[in-house]
Amino acid sequence: MDVQSTFQQSMTRRELLGRSSLGLGTAALAALLGQDSAAASSGRTGGVLGGTHFAPRAKRVIYMLHNGAPSQVDLFDHKPQLKKMSGQPLPDSVRMGQRLTTMTSEQKELALLPGIAPFRQHGQCGMWLSDFLPHTASIADDLCLIKSTHTEAINHAPALTFFLTGAEQPGRPSFGAWLSYGLGSVNDELPTFCVMTSISRDSSCGQIFYDWYWGSGFLPSRHQGVKFRGNGDPVLYISDPPGMSRKFRRGLLDDLGRLNQLRQEAVGDPEIATRIGQYEMAYKMQTSVPELADVNTEPQHILDLYGPDVTRRGSFAYNCLLARRLAEKNVRFIQLMHAGWDQHNNLGTGLKAQCRDTDQPAAALVKDLKQRGLLEDTLIIWGAEFGRTVYCQGNIDDVVARGRDHHPRNFCTWMAGGGIRPGMVYGETDDFSYNTTENPFHVHDWQATVLHLLGVDHERLTFRFQGRDYRLTDIYGKVVHDILA
Amino acid sequence: MKPTAPVLEVVDRPGCQPLRAGWLLLVLVATPLAGAQSDEPVHFASEIRPILSDQCFECHGPDRAARQAGLRFDLPEGLFAPAESDHVPITPGQPELSELLQRVISDDPDLRMPPPETGAPLKPDQVDRLRRWIQQGANWQQHWSWQPPVRPQLPDVADADWPLGAMDCFVLARLDREQHDPAPVAVQETLLRRVTFDLTGLPPALDELDTFLEDRSPNAYEKQLDRLLASPRLGEHMAWTWLDAARYADTNGYQGDLTRTMWPWRQWVIEAFNANLPFDRFTTEQLAGDLLENPTIDQQIASGFHRNVPLNGEGGRIPEESRVEYVVDRVETTATVWMGLTSSCARCHDHKYDSLSQEEYYRLFAYFNQIDETGSVDSGRMAHPILKVPVRDKVHELRLVERRLADRKATFAAASTDRQPPDRQAWEDQLLDDGQTPPVWSPWQYLGPIQADSVGHGHNKRYGPEETGDASRVYGDTVWQTQDWPDDSIITMPLPPSCVGYAYRQVHVTNPATVELTLGADNGIRLWLNGAPLLNQLTQAGADTEQEKVTLELEPGTHHLLMKITNRTGSGGFYFQSTHGGLPPDIAPILKTAGDQRTPVEQQRLTELYRKSLPEFRDQAQQIRRLEGRRLRLENEAYVKTMVMRRRAEPRETYLLVRGRYDQPDKSEKLLPQVPSALSALPQGAPADRRGLARWLVTADHPLTARVAVNRYWQSLFGIGLVATSEDFGSQGAPPSHPDLLDWLATEYIHLEWDRKALLRKIVTSQTYRQSSRATAEAFRRDPQNRLLGRGPRFRLSAQMLRDQALAFSGLLAERIGGPSVKPYQPVGIWSEFSFGKIRYTPDGGQDLYRRTLYTFWRRSTGPTNVFDNSDRQVCSVRPRRTNTPLQALVLLNDPTYVEAARLLARRILNMADQTSERHLATAFRIATSRWPSQDEQNVLEGCLERARKHFQDQPVAAELLLDVGQARRNPHVDNVELAAYTSVMNVLLNMDETITRE
Repeated sequence: MDVQSTFQQSMTRRELLGRSSLGLGTAALAALLGQDSAAASSGRTGGVLGGTHFAPRAKRVIYMLHNGAPSQVDLFDHKPQLKKMSGQPLPDSVRMGQRLTTMTSEQKELALLPGIAPFRQHGQCGMWLSDFLPHTASIADDLCLIKSTHTEAINHAPALTFFLTGAEQPGRPSFGAWLSYGLGSVNDELPTFCVMTSISRDSSCGQIFYDWYWGSGFLPSRHQGVKFRGNGDPVLYISDPPGMSRKFRRGLLDDLGRLNQLRQEAVGDPEIATRIGQYEMAYKMQTSVPELADVNTEPQHILDLYGPDVTRRGSFAYNCLLARRLAEKNVRFIQLMHAGWDQHNNLGTGLKAQCRDTDQPAAALVKDLKQRGLLEDTLIIWGAEFGRTVYCQGNIDDVVARGRDHHPRNFCTWMAGGGIRPGMVYGETDDFSYNTTENPFHVHDWQATVLHLLGVDHERLTFRFQGRDYRLTDIYGKVVHDILA
Repeated sequence: MKPTAPVLEVVDRPGCQPLRAGWLLLVLVATPLAGAQSDEPVHFASEIRPILSDQCFECHGPDRAARQAGLRFDLPEGLFAPAESDHVPITPGQPELSELLQRVISDDPDLRMPPPETGAPLKPDQVDRLRRWIQQGANWQQHWSWQPPVRPQLPDVADADWPLGAMDCFVLARLDREQHDPAPVAVQETLLRRVTFDLTGLPPALDELDTFLEDRSPNAYEKQLDRLLASPRLGEHMAWTWLDAARYADTNGYQGDLTRTMWPWRQWVIEAFNANLPFDRFTTEQLAGDLLENPTIDQQIASGFHRNVPLNGEGGRIPEESRVEYVVDRVETTATVWMGLTSSCARCHDHKYDSLSQEEYYRLFAYFNQIDETGSVDSGRMAHPILKVPVRDKVHELRLVERRLADRKATFAAASTDRQPPDRQAWEDQLLDDGQTPPVWSPWQYLGPIQADSVGHGHNKRYGPEETGDASRVYGDTVWQTQDWPDDSIITMPLPPSCVGYAYRQVHVTNPATVELTLGADNGIRLWLNGAPLLNQLTQAGADTEQEKVTLELEPGTHHLLMKITNRTGSGGFYFQSTHGGLPPDIAPILKTAGDQRTPVEQQRLTELYRKSLPEFRDQAQQIRRLEGRRLRLENEAYVKTMVMRRRAEPRETYLLVRGRYDQPDKSEKLLPQVPSALSALPQGAPADRRGLARWLVTADHPLTARVAVNRYWQSLFGIGLVATSEDFGSQGAPPSHPDLLDWLATEYIHLEWDRKALLRKIVTSQTYRQSSRATAEAFRRDPQNRLLGRGPRFRLSAQMLRDQALAFSGLLAERIGGPSVKPYQPVGIWSEFSFGKIRYTPDGGQDLYRRTLYTFWRRSTGPTNVFDNSDRQVCSVRPRRTNTPLQALVLLNDPTYVEAARLLARRILNMADQTSERHLATAFRIATSRWPSQDEQNVLEGCLERARKHFQDQPVAAELLLDVGQARRNPHVDNVELAAYTSVMNVLLNMDETITRE
């Protein structure tokens, strides 16, 4: 580029800055900034792949990660034979030397505890589901229930990290960060990777939500998830200081833009143009984020669909509705984490409370997307980091206090929408819900399959770090075509 | 970033060609940029080895288990000797007899390498280079970074006047080759601002700037360097990146994320930098300080480097699994920090690219496998080994107090014996009369509730009132309020769960009195009388009557009783009842006894009491009581426990762990500590423990340590290392952009005996460093990352520097060095949201809000919210991150830290007497950028101020609101509208690209 065209470009920029009372349109900015800078803005940008590897079935993902390990025995994995064996020890032939956590490895006896709620068949497909999940039951025909999900980790944080980053130790990029890096953003006013967390209304225990669950690992940090918060500003520092109106802020930003523009002309660094763009994007987010977070604009029948908690910010129901609103805005990866499922004790009351808080909103999300025609290209995932043991933790006769320990060998996941075959059950377990007998579905397979649905070959989305080409699925993972529509 | 353009343009004609935009650092480098011609010599290290490493080593490299067909191309014997098939992979001079090349270009999918299912065929230019390399005789070298650096010859340069030293010759020679002119020297203002940031992390103050600009002497710049290199701010700045490398945090991470005390180690690091501890000792003391002969306390604290690993205290975890993870972390951190060696692959299998076998990995592991730890967390918060260490300034203060106390007591005793005032009898009579006067209690005053992180923390933390023991201190916005709480009932206080409240009242007695208090509290209670602690209890129970009994011995006069209650759940409360008082029980009988009938002991007792009733003695007695209170407090604070290294009494055996799993040791061979064989040998007589490892790392012929270290300094000064992958100097890492310069610096560092400040001074006095960072669009396009070093580096300040800068501008920056971590502003609810309300963040008050960001409390599960783009301190991190996002803009625009700083900067500007608003704005601009604004810039600022004035004139309430941000006191005499208008302009200045960039 010669000096003359640099000058012309600057003139155009300056004119725009001077002329526009509302600052630069992002489209104009994108055109102006072009390929100027290595640090792309998180506005509408291309990813490193320059498009998908093949035609995607899903354009976006809503991942509900139920944190603490919901009991598959009591919710999804119907084992009628267990009824007769209640209280009997888990046969060694079933356990096969599987390691236990130190919470039950010292326990004298591993007494079998059948599912604590009745199961019934639902929908055309006849899917067995526990009475704890009446709303999920109403969408059975939309779901693909995977009963053979399995992992390697036995403690919460490593297991969650494994699902979200492909490794048990923190340090690698999370799923949404990989997508931001690979596919970029299709949104010009919101981050492309959004995260929300919640806990059961009356639960005081659970696993901590670590930042690395939505971190960017060794990828550039602009790919990390943006946390939508349950209190205070919906996104950190989104509010202008008290006493500063939007209009006044706009004026200040225009002055800031002029000063930066003058500097750009003096020193020539294209990074300054990127900076101007980022400040404009920040300004837009200040409007779009609070609007989005205000669910009171929804009609009453929609609020009713998600249940009574929906207007309480930070509840799972609120987060589900917000997820739908983000999906409508084309946010690519929406991660909802809900804690409180760690029923080492008080299984009866604890599990019931968890289901009360999550069953209706999760089902509502599927229904709501469906009625808007968004379910077709939105993939919804209901997952956990592992499951719970069929044997009881604590005294089986203490109906109130008894619970279940961690169980990584098989647990349940359901998926719906975006290219998933509806109304099916995939994988099978033995009579004890203790071992997978058919179609094991490993964490890496799940990751590979979800990437596939998004049009990405999991082996070809890589980043070189410490001399190695890393990927979300490490060196494993296969796409499970059987569950695709 | 991923290459989108071909790696190198193949150019037919000689001479310099423009580089394509989108060019990758991987290739910019030692490769001759221009004229990849057929007769141009091919450089094995930079052109051939990367191809072999990337395309072949995975199956034909160091990893025994993965090796196919017995072929190994990382060693000359594997490349040049006949393979099992009798084919020779490489026959020098004969491409057609080189099977490797033939396979690479084969059309037959069964023969072609890499196999079609594992990778794409080599690119034509790669094939071409391979062919030419073979034709030219297939010269082979060990991977560059595994050979010890050799002092290179200085190259010839076209302009011999430009270089100021050897370093500049290497840079200029490269620029000459590229036909690229160096940039002129940066203007003085920019240079001082740059070097002040680089060495101290802070901007220059205006008087420092003026001094420099007025100094016409030829060594003016060097004088500034002397000042900066001696500044204690240097150690604080240098410590930051070392904390990232050491994964320092104030909590354990994992489940619960409990608090730990590792700040003594941090303080050691700061002091080590400030004292210019040479890097070899810096290394030895951190890796093996505990094993040195008669280690000092400081050396043991230094060994805490490897205790910064996260600790897993999750219920249900298997301790040995955790312990192995800690050892693994130490191996990998050591390899990254000192050797730029990626070792993690070798945990499970031989390294695929570098000569590090799995067995060698576990021999390194053996060095760190002898720590006296179990993998469990102790019942408290940390895991042993733990060392009780003195807190230097507190110990110092304690000694002072003790000395003063002894003096006072001696004076008191001496003065009292020889005095027998004439009105003694009157006093005795009065005393007997007053004996029945009850003490008078004031109503309670209450300060609270104050949100605590936890009950234990709240109970122990000092929020202010305990400093004085009375109601003269408030906490934040919370103020004392009078209460009508009755005695002898259980009082429910406005005290929610996990909160702290202070209750205060006075008691006045006219005669010496003994008062018994009966107390109860829910849950923690502390009591001070006149600032001296009397009671400290933390119970599980709710408030009840008669839980605690305390006796007060009161002299005539007014006394201050301060009570602190910390509540766990429900509403907090307490119970309080006092006895009627009256003379101390032993006094009345003595008084009733005639003077000459009293025993000497009785007489002495009465004299003591009398003395205390006299004003001059009363003051002394009170002073003694105060000092005793302080002594007690300091005795608690003068020592803390921190984690250190210590060798296990009984050696632990080390085995290779199959697939890296803690429960799958390969017991067929016991592994002793040893260093990787491909690197330099252990020095003679080096012990087989961490001391030996440390000594080996800092031997002069170690190929990696010095290169890796100087590269990190370079990275901090130029934004990117000479080796861009500062964490990976291995086969897959980026080759150095200036190999000779790197080796010169490495050998220079050793020559300087690892003197860090001397090395830094060398670099910042170079002509290369002093270049202006301005350039044409063409130059930015050609070399976006400035790998050619043809201009000065220009990059955004890191988040912690931005905050420190804002504090410095505003005059708020607290300069105290070291000590425990502090909690500045953070949006409400961050900690409680991630921890389900279990952990809460209570910001500190006063100076602790304004300490350097280095001291900000770092919770591993969620780091400080305004420190963006930083390592999250989970694992070792040595490369800076630098992105440009809208979220960062939101922090700088809206975080109260910056809004308050803008207000204080505005106040500072307005306090400059006799100045016009033009002058005010220009000065503010100069504070922010170190230079005066141009006329255009001045115009923008003035327009901005005008509009801001108008805005706040129309809405005075808005001014009030804006000025209310932050705890720093407001000046009631300043015009709100004017101050708010300036504050807004300062907010713009603090966000200017130039302000947040080091140019």
